Amino acid sequence: MSSPGQLADGSGGPPDAAALHAEFERVWGNPRGWRALTIVNHSVVALRFMVTGLVFFVLAGLLSMLMRVQLARPGQQVIDAETYNQAFTAHGTMMMFLFAVPVLQGAAAYLLPKMLGARDLVFPRLSAFGYWCYLFGGLIFCAGLALGLAPNAGWFMYTPLSSDVHSPGPNSDFWLIGITFVEIATMAAGIEIAVSILRTRADGMALHRMPIFAWAMLVTSMMIVFGFPPLILASILLELERAAGWAFFDPTRGGDPLLWQHLFWLFGHPEVYIIFLPAAGMVSTLVSVHAQRPLVGYSWVVVSLISTGFLSFGLWVHHMFTVGIPALAQGFFAAASMAVAIPTAVQVFAWIATLATGRPRWNPPMLWLAGFLATFVLGGLTGVMLAFVPFDWQVHDTHFVVAHLHYVLIGGMLFPLFAALYHWLPLASGRMASPRLARLGFWLSFVGFQGTFLVMHWTGLLGMPRRVWTYDSGMGWDWPNLVSSVFGFVMAFGVAATLLDLALHWRFGRKAEPNPWHADTLEWAVGQPPTSYNFASLPPIDSRHPLWEQPQLQSAIAAGDFELPRAAHGRRETLGSDPVSGRPREVIHLPGNSVLPLLAALLLSAMCIALLARFYWPALAAACATTVVLLRWSWENCAHPKAAAGEAFDLPKGLALHSRTFDGPGLWGMGLTMAANAALYASFVFGWCFLWLVAPAWTPPAKAPLDVWTLPAATGAFIAGWALLRQLSGRLQHGVDQGLGLRLLAAAACGAAGCAVLGKALAGATLAPTRSAHDAMLAFLLVYLLLHGALAVLLALLQAARVRHGHVGLQAPYEPGVVAILWLFVVGVTAVAWVAFGLLPTALAGQG
Amino acid sequence: MLLLSGCSGPLSTLDPAGPSAAAIAQVLWWMLGVAVVVSVGVIALWLWAMRPDAQRRGHERRWLVGGGLLLPGVAIAALLFFGASAGRHQWPWPGETPALVIDVNARQWHWRVRYPEHDLVLQDELRLPVGRAVHVRTSSDDVIHSFWVPRLGGKLDAIPGRTLMLSLQADRPGRYLGQCAEFCGIGHARMPLVVIAMAPDDFDAWLAAARRAP
Repeated sequence: MSSPGQLADGSGGPPDAAALHAEFERVWGNPRGWRALTIVNHSVVALRFMVTGLVFFVLAGLLSMLMRVQLARPGQQVIDAETYNQAFTAHGTMMMFLFAVPVLQGAAAYLLPKMLGARDLVFPRLSAFGYWCYLFGGLIFCAGLALGLAPNAGWFMYTPLSSDVHSPGPNSDFWLIGITFVEIATMAAGIEIAVSILRTRADGMALHRMPIFAWAMLVTSMMIVFGFPPLILASILLELERAAGWAFFDPTRGGDPLLWQHLFWLFGHPEVYIIFLPAAGMVSTLVSVHAQRPLVGYSWVVVSLISTGFLSFGLWVHHMFTVGIPALAQGFFAAASMAVAIPTAVQVFAWIATLATGRPRWNPPMLWLAGFLATFVLGGLTGVMLAFVPFDWQVHDTHFVVAHLHYVLIGGMLFPLFAALYHWLPLASGRMASPRLARLGFWLSFVGFQGTFLVMHWTGLLGMPRRVWTYDSGMGWDWPNLVSSVFGFVMAFGVAATLLDLALHWRFGRKAEPNPWHADTLEWAVGQPPTSYNFASLPPIDSRHPLWEQPQLQSAIAAGDFELPRAAHGRRETLGSDPVSGRPREVIHLPGNSVLPLLAALLLSAMCIALLARFYWPALAAACATTVVLLRWSWENCAHPKAAAGEAFDLPKGLALHSRTFDGPGLWGMGLTMAANAALYASFVFGWCFLWLVAPAWTPPAKAPLDVWTLPAATGAFIAGWALLRQLSGRLQHGVDQGLGLRLLAAAACGAAGCAVLGKALAGATLAPTRSAHDAMLAFLLVYLLLHGALAVLLALLQAARVRHGHVGLQAPYEPGVVAILWLFVVGVTAVAWVAFGLLPTALAGQG
Repeated sequence: MLLLSGCSGPLSTLDPAGPSAAAIAQVLWWMLGVAVVVSVGVIALWLWAMRPDAQRRGHERRWLVGGGLLLPGVAIAALLFFGASAGRHQWPWPGETPALVIDVNARQWHWRVRYPEHDLVLQDELRLPVGRAVHVRTSSDDVIHSFWVPRLGGKLDAIPGRTLMLSLQADRPGRYLGQCAEFCGIGHARMPLVVIAMAPDDFDAWLAAARRAP
């Protein structure tokens, strides 16, 4: 009698560990050569993110060395003002967008599936697509630098300086287009990591048993979902203003430069916590392992992470204390900005308590963590000082702030990153780094950093502003700048030594013993270096410290003792879990290698380059081509033969493939994507209300350009379509599939009617977006609603086609529910538009 | 005293010559002191915790409550309570009657200083009488700039489309320096403003003479 997983040679019983490994490698193995461009596996993609990020880090660091040389003596002209302005803008932009967030997301993408007991992230092709968007966007940005056309208006691009009037030329466009392109990667990774953490955990890994780093990344990813869209919106609006003359931020046409600041900092403040929280998660992990005891106050730390995430969205105005905001508002934001120090302090003392009650050792990761603590605490304290409004009025926009931000970013992110690299490299490469070179690198970096930036507080207190390419003697700034510049080189040598050590160890490091730090979490059970599939079988866990409880877990996993122990069926799969309890709910099947992510990213790059060059028809063509590729990608999904067609016989009892159920990663991914979209839309509605109430020269027209029935009619049409989709999902749940295709077509027709109403309004309304911000906002709204309505119609039509092909039906009922989420979003935004853009202005005009 | 001489400088916030800058500088010294104590203390705690002794258990909750909640909570409350009044000199309170109203219009890369009540315009120079608050109204015709005279008080942005106001006062006659404090393009680094505070009689005399001059 043969069992389903029996080998072809007919030998009885399940295969041994070596044969099992070969079986898994056939399904999960990574190709070489040109085909390596199609890899979607999280370990490879994550390492690509990190290496690319470190390259951008070095480039941005070289820019800062150039700046320090220029500032070493007063009145120098090593570089001219324009070059300096491009240097500091590119330095900040690259460090924030091309290094900090991508490298941390890369680390998370690498570690999380392993820590959670999963084989891959939930959207492998999306990870790959994110990487290519990041790489190409970064290259486009650096091309601007290489051409001497780098953005030069500061990394926060304040208007009106960054508008077309005061920054003609493509410099600012490189920022707006290049960085927004990169943000696709950030958003994609954020959504994917959140869904992966919630839905692919080991059996028994309830939320309270999750590794603390998973908590940190869950909070961070949700912050990304809500925090980046305001910037994406602002970038789109500013690019429209620059390229098409639409008035959003121009105070002479009803716009407001402060709108840019609000939108930017609504992103900008959460951004710095998006950078810090992953590092804090790493510190919590490392402290626990290197003190060889569980983290003190796990629940306290979780609550701190969550409250930091929430609080960080309520602080943004502390970047705007000098723009004339009313005193009461300033006081509120000051208090909130200081209050956010409390959850951070809780974490610091949790770490100290863990060390104090454990058995810590001074190895390279702990050296870097000591450096982190010393530096970050100082940075946090100067942050509390800056939150004190009158003091901020003095040192805002001086080198005091430059010192503060480098203390918290380098201390709070770079040092923990180096600690984490030293900690986890034995996992990734199977080798140990050199303790001597590591110590040298640390001390040079640490001493160099302190020498550069400690005195810079003083420079700022003596009045040296930010972003000045040179200065006169006699201000008292001469010697502090010289000290900063000299020590800057010391730090550069330290960083170089560290990077050299990390790079060299890959070839020359001595082989690491298994789990060299005696860690407790699952990532140390996947092999050093890890296999492409992480776990040959997925173990259940019942504590926060699986490897401390069961040190022999790795060999049991490799022997196939646990769930999903075979790959002979040819599917890439992992367990789908309940988000709270961690109990398995379904088997999630994952796509293998594909060229579509690379193709889509290349076409998007073509679109971005065309936009930069202001060739709009080619840009439109590229956008259409990208859409086609993306739709093809979505076609090869779920029950499509390239995904996982047909019946699966070798599943654990009670579990089905996710596409045969009503829940799966796509549902959550669509939900989170719409949440991000909602954040963008909410920022837009905020902008509308802000301009209406506060913009200096706001002039609404005497007669509203929109008919009173347009928005309610469109809302009604979309509601009808959505209701049809909900109904057919309900029928599928009851086993009824008649009229499936017909209902989908009817829904599409309703959506088309809604789009027609909006299109007619857009064509018919006499809007002059280049003349008034009011009209620009309305025009943008109509285009936004139209695009989303059209997308909803398109997806409904595609569902109808998939029904025809048999990819959607009773046997695969999953997708209509996913599409219904998009429809619900369209209903929501149209209804809100009716209230905010239709009814509200009438009410306000009635009062005026 | 070496420290004090190191604090001086034409744009130094630590060498106040007016009530606003003085009040802020005082809070700064307190904040700096507390920051030094806290940072030295926390670093020392970390280093102590890193000693490789045998396992020491217990009192974990005290660390979290004492260090995580009480320490920052008390410090922040104290800062807000005792420091809040330091900003009062900068606000142009409604009841306050200023000696003068001065319009400072910023443009790339100069300051146009107008005395509306006296029909007088200066370029890159501002004069005021000692000992009385003046109200400065900032505006801009092009991009965002920032009006800042560190030895007298905090800064206020000059934003196109808006007129913002701050209160400025010098306590001693002298020549003070201001500098644009918001990046405004290629000339940002060289956009100084000379502020001259004069004894009230000298100021009146200067004002009368300046108005008569063409």
